[in-house]
Amino acid sequence: MSTMIVPTEKANVAPEPTTPWRPTRKSKSISSIVFLISVVLSAAIVLLTGLAGIDGFGLAFFAVFMAATIGRSFRLNQKNRKDAFVGVLIASAAVLAFFPWMSIFASVILKGVRGLQPNFLVENMQFTTPDDELNMGGAAHAIIGSMLMVSIAAAITLPLGILSGVYLTEIRGRLTFLVRFVVQSMSGVPSIVAGLFIYTTFVNYTDAFSGMAGALALAVLMLPTVARTAEEVLKLVPDDLRSASYALGARQWRTSLMVVLPTVRSGLMTAAILGVARVIGETAPLLLTSLSNNSFVFNPLGGPIGSLPTYVFGLLQIGTENSINRAWTGSLVLMIVVLILFTTARYIGGKDKR
Amino acid sequence: MQTSVTSVDGEQGEPKVVRGLEAKNIHAWFGKHHVLKDVSLRFPERTVTGLIGPSGCGKSTFIRLLNRMHEFIPGAAMAGQVLQDGHDIYSPEVDAAAIRLKVGMVFQKPNPFPAMNIRENVLSGIKLAHLKVADHDAIVESCLTRAGLWKEVKDRLTATGGSLSGGQQQRLCIARSLAVEPSVLLMDEPCSALDPGSTLRIEETIKELVEKIAVVIVTHNMQQAARVSDFCAFFLADGGPGYLVEADATKKLFTNPSDTRTADYVQGKFG
Amino acid sequence: MSISPSVQATPEARELSVIFNRADRIFRRIVTAGALTSLILLGLIGTFLFVRSAQIFNDRGLKFITGSNWTAGSGDGIIPDDFSIGPMLTGTILVSVIALVISMPLAIGGALFVEFYATPKVRKVLTTLLDLAAAIPSLIFGIWGVVFFSSYGERWSDLLNSRFGWLPFIKVQNEVFGRSPFVAGCVLASLITPIITSVSREVFSRTPRDLVDTCYALGGTRWGAIKTVVLPFGKSGVIGGAMLGLGRALGETVAVYLLLNIVFRYNFRILESEGGNIASLIALKFGEATEYELKALVAAGFVLFLLTLVVNMVAASIVERSTRRR
Repeated sequence: MSTMIVPTEKANVAPEPTTPWRPTRKSKSISSIVFLISVVLSAAIVLLTGLAGIDGFGLAFFAVFMAATIGRSFRLNQKNRKDAFVGVLIASAAVLAFFPWMSIFASVILKGVRGLQPNFLVENMQFTTPDDELNMGGAAHAIIGSMLMVSIAAAITLPLGILSGVYLTEIRGRLTFLVRFVVQSMSGVPSIVAGLFIYTTFVNYTDAFSGMAGALALAVLMLPTVARTAEEVLKLVPDDLRSASYALGARQWRTSLMVVLPTVRSGLMTAAILGVARVIGETAPLLLTSLSNNSFVFNPLGGPIGSLPTYVFGLLQIGTENSINRAWTGSLVLMIVVLILFTTARYIGGKDKR
Repeated sequence: MQTSVTSVDGEQGEPKVVRGLEAKNIHAWFGKHHVLKDVSLRFPERTVTGLIGPSGCGKSTFIRLLNRMHEFIPGAAMAGQVLQDGHDIYSPEVDAAAIRLKVGMVFQKPNPFPAMNIRENVLSGIKLAHLKVADHDAIVESCLTRAGLWKEVKDRLTATGGSLSGGQQQRLCIARSLAVEPSVLLMDEPCSALDPGSTLRIEETIKELVEKIAVVIVTHNMQQAARVSDFCAFFLADGGPGYLVEADATKKLFTNPSDTRTADYVQGKFG
Repeated sequence: MSISPSVQATPEARELSVIFNRADRIFRRIVTAGALTSLILLGLIGTFLFVRSAQIFNDRGLKFITGSNWTAGSGDGIIPDDFSIGPMLTGTILVSVIALVISMPLAIGGALFVEFYATPKVRKVLTTLLDLAAAIPSLIFGIWGVVFFSSYGERWSDLLNSRFGWLPFIKVQNEVFGRSPFVAGCVLASLITPIITSVSREVFSRTPRDLVDTCYALGGTRWGAIKTVVLPFGKSGVIGGAMLGLGRALGETVAVYLLLNIVFRYNFRILESEGGNIASLIALKFGEATEYELKALVAAGFVLFLLTLVVNMVAASIVERSTRRR
């Protein structure tokens, strides 16, 4: 039988790494040319036929590109043809799926940035009508109102949520099943129903709309999220850690407070931040509890209070050009706040030590 | 592009295309990390070749270069040629999926498709490759028989793969690979997750399979290599990229190796 | 010294229990109090909704759900109160189903694209953007829907009507397009797609690597691997995500309020400019509601709550079953 090793010519000691499976320069340029031709062809179709707008162009491009892809794959075998065809389908689905929120990001930034002037952040709408020019008035009252209500909601929800999480994982008493069940069920409460609940109880009882009512409605929505995330985060702590602490003679309260909780500190903070991010944009519950206001209100029990969502919502309903511009700016501020919260949560979440 | 290599076989006269798989001056990288250096090996038809050596020497990387699975890892790069019947499988016009039909692979952990029953598992390769096959039942029976599993499962072809034992699952995976009629079967430590009884059964299967195809088996178990392979290739990697120390007929490698490191390894002095 | 013979019978088992010292007892009381407060607060909502609406269900029984009027009485008994949520309930389901039907193929395609077709850098960016997109307040989707999407929705409705107007649910009586269950459903679909895409992408990314590798090793293509392994593996996770999206769509207020005319008439023609859902009904009517009407609104909210509760529970059990199996 032949020897195993093929006699080698003196091969260079360290040849260059190559990636022969990647598409060659030639194949990549062919693909680019096909793509460009499809674009031009689709534009031509749009101009020549009655197809109009972005959707018309998109449809034409899809048809042309699909035809081109199938044409190019004609010489391949059946499975590769199907693969190419499905590839185009999936890419198209992705484009359609991503377009709305990409369009929203673009709209919010492009349309909102015009009104993002200093007055927007420091003035309120007490002396300005929505239709005035954008250098008058602002949303400071709304921003403050939102912050106030969310802070109160967080102050209520975080301790309760974390305590519930601790109860479910550390103490596991007789109420465990009930607490978990109720928390689970309540995380799906529609936001309007939460608002309605507070309306028929607190607002009714105090006979007034107020920031406190709004805060309570938000708390109702936040609590299940915080409690569930807290429980999940605490469950991730390995039991060995607790065992080690008990074996050293620590009591349960010490174990929970000084061993377990610090381990998940970042996870809990992430839970808090995500809970806040969830409710800060909620409109429906606030429509029923805190209404809205054009002036600064700092007292949570001082009657209706403005908030970013109700500010935007109200302006949208007025519908003039300037009010809609203000609405976009308000949306931009809202998105920036959510973005900041998200980035903070990610940054903190990554610092969790195991 | 045709590269013809003269067989050193003793057959006179006509240079002919070597049948079987051949690796020439293979290098492999993960990003900038050089993991395989200048490996050249030939895998003639109807032989079993064992790849042995301590872990981390690049044996698994090497066999993944033989069926173009290495390229799925982000940052993977290579140099050299792999010739299948004389044609470089890495030349640009080659369809990688077609190569994988000719060079099959069985993985370390038995992994039958959970959403399919035994029969569908065996036929899955045919479905995936869109091959036209006249008689599905004949294929199922022949592949399961060659894998040594037919008798045990012929009455429950519609049972899920999960109802089989580990050894049976691995034989199912072998049957699945056989269905697309490869000429080489690569096996990456196929028995390391199995008990000794199943291991022996699989080794028997390999001995039967080799009557038709070539088998390349990566194994940490030296005794297995000694039992099952005709040729062995010994890899090492002292802190750097893996490389081939020695490759020869198994008997010679184990009784009278040319390199002291090989001798040390097969005697169990390290590894 | 001899060892005394062991006792013949096994001794009685002693129950081990923990007696907590004072500090621990205080700790446990505080924690339990916190959990109890959450329990009471949240449980209160459900019970409250039920109690407050009991009178309505008592008075009207099933007609509350099947009838189609919403008229406040004149207060003096001449014209009776007549509150029913029939069209609002069907409207809720109709709009949400439209949203789900549009959203599902797009979300699955988007998730497959991110996991299997995008390059690693693009994948990372898209995953982050998707998570951010899932957090966009629905109000902003509402604005976008009104300002940006309406004109396209109008045009598509016109097209659908002219091509497929022979289908019973496409035909319209009033050729005024722009605020219809279809348009609202499209915007809702945009709203829930990021959520479903995120969940699906997460499930697809957890497909066992060696199953996917095996598909390629058998000579399969990318689509072959997806069809054979990824989709069956991710099926329950994707359905769980769909239920999550559905739950969100059912309870959506603002987007529907801005894009649908609330009309108290059963309507299954998706291009017709009438409809509504329970959430927007509550938002619309609460301001001037009489006390009895308020109770009716609470009853409507209770029905909506039950609906979303069922959907969320189904979602949770599906997700749990799929993660437990792995």
